Amino acid sequence: MIAVANPVEFSAESVARPRPADEASRAAWDLAATVVDPEVPVLTIADLGVLRSASVSGDRAVIEITPTYSGCPAIDAIRDDIVTVLEGAGYAEVTVRSVLSPAWTTDWMSAEGKQKLAEYGIAPPTGTRPVGPVSLGSVSLGMGIRCPQCGSLHTRQLSRFGSTSCKALYVCQRCQEPFDYFKDH
Amino acid sequence: MSQKITMGAALTPEKIAEQLADGGAVAPASVAEYALRLGDDALILSQRLGWWIARAPEIEEDIALGNIALDLIGHARSFLTYAGSAWGKSEDDLAYFRDEPDWRCAQIFELANGDFAHTIVRQFAVSFFQFELYSRLVDSSDPVLAAIAAKAVKEVDYHRDHSAQWMLRLGQGTEESRRRVQVALTDVWPYVDELFRDDGLIDDVLIDDLDGVAVRPTTLREPFDELVGRVLGQADLEVPTGAVARGGGRDGVHTGGFGVLLAEMQVLARQYPGATW
Repeated sequence: MIAVANPVEFSAESVARPRPADEASRAAWDLAATVVDPEVPVLTIADLGVLRSASVSGDRAVIEITPTYSGCPAIDAIRDDIVTVLEGAGYAEVTVRSVLSPAWTTDWMSAEGKQKLAEYGIAPPTGTRPVGPVSLGSVSLGMGIRCPQCGSLHTRQLSRFGSTSCKALYVCQRCQEPFDYFKDH
Repeated sequence: MSQKITMGAALTPEKIAEQLADGGAVAPASVAEYALRLGDDALILSQRLGWWIARAPEIEEDIALGNIALDLIGHARSFLTYAGSAWGKSEDDLAYFRDEPDWRCAQIFELANGDFAHTIVRQFAVSFFQFELYSRLVDSSDPVLAAIAAKAVKEVDYHRDHSAQWMLRLGQGTEESRRRVQVALTDVWPYVDELFRDDGLIDDVLIDDLDGVAVRPTTLREPFDELVGRVLGQADLEVPTGAVARGGGRDGVHTGGFGVLLAEMQVLARQYPGATW
């Protein structure tokens, strides 16, 4: 936690907001939307649903983003990249805020984003995993996860946790390839 | 701070700051005290879990415990940043420059890792506790606490599943795994009671005066016992009864190993104040 240049700020937002209607804000949104996830560089923060809003007054831009997971270190890199892109485009003052509520969900990932993930070799989330009573069986049942290499649904979970907070590790029983699965959240 | 998060009611940091500055019936320092407890719980457990990276029984478990620790760091950063806003302190001030009596974590979060079974039993107890807590804190009248909880509850749910799966595997595994997990239950369970104690801060200030800012810990015991009992029953493990530790973590009374934990966590920041990389 040393040297966090921009401490977490708090605000709560109501709903998944679309691209802003007014022209100035929309231009800032479109610039911010070019920033990619440092861990999954085929996805932009707009694809991920991490970009929440943009508003502009004069040469000042305020961008709101939401972390995928509370401790995700990518959020700091994303924040820096947004500032770089917008300052490069001439905005004099760029503020990036982290919003915590409503909490990010994989439901906000665009269809295009899911397609890009699969092409990149990461199985996209299948649907929303409900928060509820813990599963008690020794085998937890879930939707079949499709292998992004060969398309088989005959896959098996190797580890519930993966190389980043948002992924789990799977292996395909048909082509034998291991692959990342972007967890439902 | 009466504004709840609802559809269409966007809450910005400026609004929160305004409401905090308004004063009135609000006592931000007591909300900060409460946020500090929850932040300390998460941060100290995260520090403990980080030790397992490269030491767990299998590489998937290194990753699992590391991921859980990362989620907890995220929760701690949010809670501590919010708590610190009342006192003009940053999350780092609170994490690195407080001495042992100033920490407010319940003692179970600081318990030594022990063997893998002890770590899993501790994780089992606290993840089920935190899930019950956060799933109610989302309705707090304090919108910032509610927002942090809404984020955290989804992550803690996954931690809960992880620890429950391990309780089943250890309980139904080999004779040795079963023996070890039962020993761990005996050692860890006395510290569970402290999680569910109400005190003056909760009763008088956060619930009566501030109209439901906090969750009353005593109300969480029954749902906790029910779910935990079901997992232990299926794992064919005995629910520990009897011994109860004295506790006192919420008042700054900590267990033997806590000073060493703090020393390791804080040494760099204290030796090189302002260090960055």
